[in-house]
Amino acid sequence: MTAPVKPEEPGSMSTATPTRAPHQDVPSGHKPGDGRVGGGLFDPKQLLTSLPDAIRKLDPRVMVKSPVMFVVEVGSVLTTLFAVMSPADWFGWAIAAWLWLTVIFANLAEAVAEGRGKAQADTLRKAKTDTVARRLTAGGSSEEQVPGTGLRIGDLVVCEAGDIIPGDGDVVEGVASVDESAITGESAPVIRESGGDRSAVTGGTKVLSDRIVIKITTKPGETFIDRMINLVEGAARQKTPNEIALNILLASLTIVFLLAVVTLQPFAIYAGAEQPMIVLLALLVCLIPTTIGALLSAIGIAGMDRLVQRNVLAMSGRAVEAAGDVSTLLLDKTGTITLGNRQAAEFVPVRGTTEAELADAAQLSSLADETPEGRSIVVLAKEKYGLRERHQGELTDADWVPFTAQTRMSGVDVDGRKVRKGATGSVVNWVKERGGSVAEDAQQLTDTISQAGGTPLLVAMEDESGPRVLGVIHLKDVVKEGMRERFVELRKMGIKTVMITGDNPLTAKAIADEAGVDDFLAEATPEDKMALIKREQAGGKLVAMTGDGTNDAPALAQADVGVAMNTGTSAAKEAGNMVDLDSNPTKLIEIVEIGKQLLITRGALTTFSIANDVAKYFAIIPAMFAVAYPGLDTLNIMRLSSPNSAILSAIIFNALIIIALVPLALKGVRYRPVSADKMLRRNLAVYGLGGLIAPFIGIKIIDLLISLIPGIG
Amino acid sequence: MSPVLAGVLQLIALIAALALAYRPFGDYMAAVYSSPRHLRVEKVIYRCIGANADTQMRWPAYLRGILAFSLAGLLFLYLLQRLQGGLPLSLGFASISPDQAFNTAASFVANTNWQSYSGEQAMGHVVQTAGLAVQNFVSAATGMAVAIALVRGFARSRTGDLGNFWADLVRGTVRVLVPIAVLGALVLVACGVIQNFSGIHEVGQFMGGTQQTNGGAVASQEVIKELGTNGGGYFNANSAHPFENPNAFTNLFEVFLILVIPFSLTRTFGKLTGNARQGYAILATMGVIWLGFTALMMWTEFAHGGPALQAAGAAMEGKENRFGVGGSAIFSVATTLTSTGAVDSFHSSYTAFGGGLQMLGMMLGEIAPGGVGSGLYGMLVMAIIAVFIAGLMVGRTPEYLGKKIGTREIKLAACYILITPTLVLGFTAASMVLPDALSSMLNTKALNAGSHGFSEVLYAFTSGANNNGSAFAGLNANTPWYNTTIGLAMLLGRFLPMVFVLALAGSLAEQKPVPETAGTLRTEKPLFTGLLVGTILIITGLTYFPALALGPLAEGLS
Repeated sequence: MTAPVKPEEPGSMSTATPTRAPHQDVPSGHKPGDGRVGGGLFDPKQLLTSLPDAIRKLDPRVMVKSPVMFVVEVGSVLTTLFAVMSPADWFGWAIAAWLWLTVIFANLAEAVAEGRGKAQADTLRKAKTDTVARRLTAGGSSEEQVPGTGLRIGDLVVCEAGDIIPGDGDVVEGVASVDESAITGESAPVIRESGGDRSAVTGGTKVLSDRIVIKITTKPGETFIDRMINLVEGAARQKTPNEIALNILLASLTIVFLLAVVTLQPFAIYAGAEQPMIVLLALLVCLIPTTIGALLSAIGIAGMDRLVQRNVLAMSGRAVEAAGDVSTLLLDKTGTITLGNRQAAEFVPVRGTTEAELADAAQLSSLADETPEGRSIVVLAKEKYGLRERHQGELTDADWVPFTAQTRMSGVDVDGRKVRKGATGSVVNWVKERGGSVAEDAQQLTDTISQAGGTPLLVAMEDESGPRVLGVIHLKDVVKEGMRERFVELRKMGIKTVMITGDNPLTAKAIADEAGVDDFLAEATPEDKMALIKREQAGGKLVAMTGDGTNDAPALAQADVGVAMNTGTSAAKEAGNMVDLDSNPTKLIEIVEIGKQLLITRGALTTFSIANDVAKYFAIIPAMFAVAYPGLDTLNIMRLSSPNSAILSAIIFNALIIIALVPLALKGVRYRPVSADKMLRRNLAVYGLGGLIAPFIGIKIIDLLISLIPGIG
Repeated sequence: MSPVLAGVLQLIALIAALALAYRPFGDYMAAVYSSPRHLRVEKVIYRCIGANADTQMRWPAYLRGILAFSLAGLLFLYLLQRLQGGLPLSLGFASISPDQAFNTAASFVANTNWQSYSGEQAMGHVVQTAGLAVQNFVSAATGMAVAIALVRGFARSRTGDLGNFWADLVRGTVRVLVPIAVLGALVLVACGVIQNFSGIHEVGQFMGGTQQTNGGAVASQEVIKELGTNGGGYFNANSAHPFENPNAFTNLFEVFLILVIPFSLTRTFGKLTGNARQGYAILATMGVIWLGFTALMMWTEFAHGGPALQAAGAAMEGKENRFGVGGSAIFSVATTLTSTGAVDSFHSSYTAFGGGLQMLGMMLGEIAPGGVGSGLYGMLVMAIIAVFIAGLMVGRTPEYLGKKIGTREIKLAACYILITPTLVLGFTAASMVLPDALSSMLNTKALNAGSHGFSEVLYAFTSGANNNGSAFAGLNANTPWYNTTIGLAMLLGRFLPMVFVLALAGSLAEQKPVPETAGTLRTEKPLFTGLLVGTILIITGLTYFPALALGPLAEGLS
């Protein structure tokens, strides 16, 4: 640990310029009664608009990437050939048609998932209009006009109010307000200034005021906005490790069932019941895990998309998956756990003063303090002591002393009274300068508050009785509403939360206890953070954190999930594997939930897909062999009307279930933070047991409908 | 006492005996495989074979040890049979033909003990004791060694070391199999099993005429035949022969010997991974399947469907009066759910559903409780598959016993589960179209055409590829086609899975462990046991459903 960082003195608070709209305190996208991480609504119209894309994806070179669906496509081609060879047989045509539909439905699922990203990419492209850059020549004395695409790393460009920033870079001179709505969708402008952690600018955003000089840090074509377009369009999409593993399992199941079907023909010939190729192909398609095979890539794209909808850009799918596995969350105290500003919590008078007197003086002295702390004192006086807020204009002949970082005090001189409120040292000096004395218990009170993790402010007054200290205002960090419950939920999910703060251990412990985090790191330096991450990782844990400063960059890179705030430096954004465009650190929790939901959706649909096979066997096997071995008709427990109708019903069910599950694949399985045990029990009941039962019902209904068609049943 | 009650009481006695042995024996095996000390006799053996038993092996080295050792055993056994005609104590039997010698050598080295010969009419004392009985010990010890290597893969981290094959092989033989075999043989001899080197005797029959009976070192071979889940009988009638299995007690004792190591190894697994409850969960999975199969088998055999059986009053065809329906059902489930293949009754004569259960038991991969060692590693591979699917449903990339189930692990597990279906279905399908193969089935007995004839072939390859060794009588398997293909099925079905299991063990051992949290899938809970049973039944069961439908189901439902 390095030298302890003192709790921030109130004076230093008001110097920070808010760079953007305040953080949302309630996690976004959370509607009561709704699934926690619900996605956008699925619009059936998307199916129609995505149809051309789905047809385009029939190209075998594209299809081969999904082994299961490639087998179905080959099956479709073969059945079509067989149907052409005996064109009078309606059954062959029907099977061929439904096999093609199966493939198209699968492609449709993927196309719909991609389509949502495409719309976003189009909006982004509009921002990326060809800009003309004003490049400074070598000496820096004159400007030349070059196209934005002609910029090189290290070039210096000038932007003035109204200019579109031509490329990603850092401000090296000046300060400006910038409209970043093209990227973040947030209309409030942000401040960008040279030096410090607010220097990064993004190409495609617009300077609203002032003049800045930008040093270009990214090659044209590789800028943030280019990468964003690639990400949301899915062009840069690579299969994630878990997706690859699942694909291998699905491919091996496909091989097993291919084997079962290929060897069935010799068995059938021996039994004197040789099967038409079309029937065997139908059986094969029913058995291989088409449901999950068709929806697998849509699930992955939709998972990324759910993040994009929350204004989080994941640089890789791998990071999203890792988010589901995270077992330690490092959360910055300020802005994530607490509201970011200390607030007045109570007034503690010294002996001989009443609380009401103290409250009145505190309120009066704070009217000229526009910092959040000052406002909170006025609010507390009103809420707790019923003191109506007075306005500066109400008091005539008042001499207001506004809060400044130098005096670290505010107050008012009115009606022969002088009231002051401020940092302990400043107020004590003020009283002593005036020949007053500080009550003995004032020191005790401030110590008690400091030890409890709070910040004491003294209130003093000079009137006819002379200058004296009236009491202490207890300022404390206010934990955001609902955070405690969030941490309880996280604990249930097996995730440990660690609060990171620059406060001293006492203050940190007080807030950690109040917020209910599992652990805290006080007086944290970037090195401490790094060491903590490495320690957790050495124990096999995956760590997620947020950060924005350049000194966060190493830790962001080390963490398994590093979410950089968009307001942060380009170094931080480069190091992390996600960027939060809203710069809301609370979102880390949602990111974890989205990661988990992605994996759950994959698992649930895989289970459903495999469990479906049982019913399909009971439909198709008796249909194939009840002629040779009449006893096998006993297996026809669904009492399907005819062999042809049984096989066709199974194939139709197999195709329709894909379309029926597209909304689930896009939205993701309902997710609630509960223990692994409960989650497994619930999902097994819904998708395992449901997967066993649903096809029995579905196939029977389809068979009933088919048997109504004259000439078929 | 009614036959049903007798069967149930036998089952209860068996469970009680297994439960008594479970903890002490499982703990003992854990101690054997983790002890740093060598016994004096072991040191002598290491010096003789020139092995350094103290080095650690990575998975390729461990595998090379297994393959080299097994290849040497294969060649030795092959030559011993081919040269039998010139060996002493051969009871005058001739040398074995090349294809049958290959088949038998493959069979015993692969812990299968499929026999396309009749023991008393083909194999002399030397081949039986120096060849076959030796392989009964070492092939079992090899299986246990692979299982222990996989367990070490789970237990260890950040290392590729899986232990020492030679030490595991020798310890399994010297400290586990031999002592129990000696004790077990004494029990069997006391109960009437023969143990001698006498020749062939001609004895008179009750109804006139004579028959030949041989003597032999039967008890010593009988005990390891069961204990090592081998199954190769001294006599053709196997454990139905009164010299091998004289009464109801020896029958139950032999079933106990079959099951005691595979079940107790789950305790060893729990002990070595430091999490006894994980071992109990695997035990529970095996137990549920085993009990379920036994109950179904008893039910279908006692219900004895079919007019002939109804007329006879019981499904006693092919069963010994000494054991009854209950004892036979217990034995036949134990033998097909392990890689034993010993029989005390004729599987081909069981009801159609009974035969189907025997086949399904083998098709599940013989993992409940499975062969010595192979049962545990087969079950753990299935657990990995189940964890992979279910683990996703709790929102984490799957992990089992603190090890991540990633791309590499799933690839190896997927390869593992592909092997036996490929061998069983591939060879059965080929046998259905090749005239040579078909003649074995059709020409011997016209009776066994149709679905039962198909079952015979399906059973033969299921038994071979899963290293069971029992047979559905009726099929003449001593032909070049069946000797060769079943021989290949046995070798590939034994050693290819070992390749993937050891690679898996190596991959797991290299990982760093993931700590357990509330978000971790609890694999020691009953819910997971249920899920694992479901995964096994659906994934392996569905693979064979069409084949079973055309065999036992078609026969039983007609």
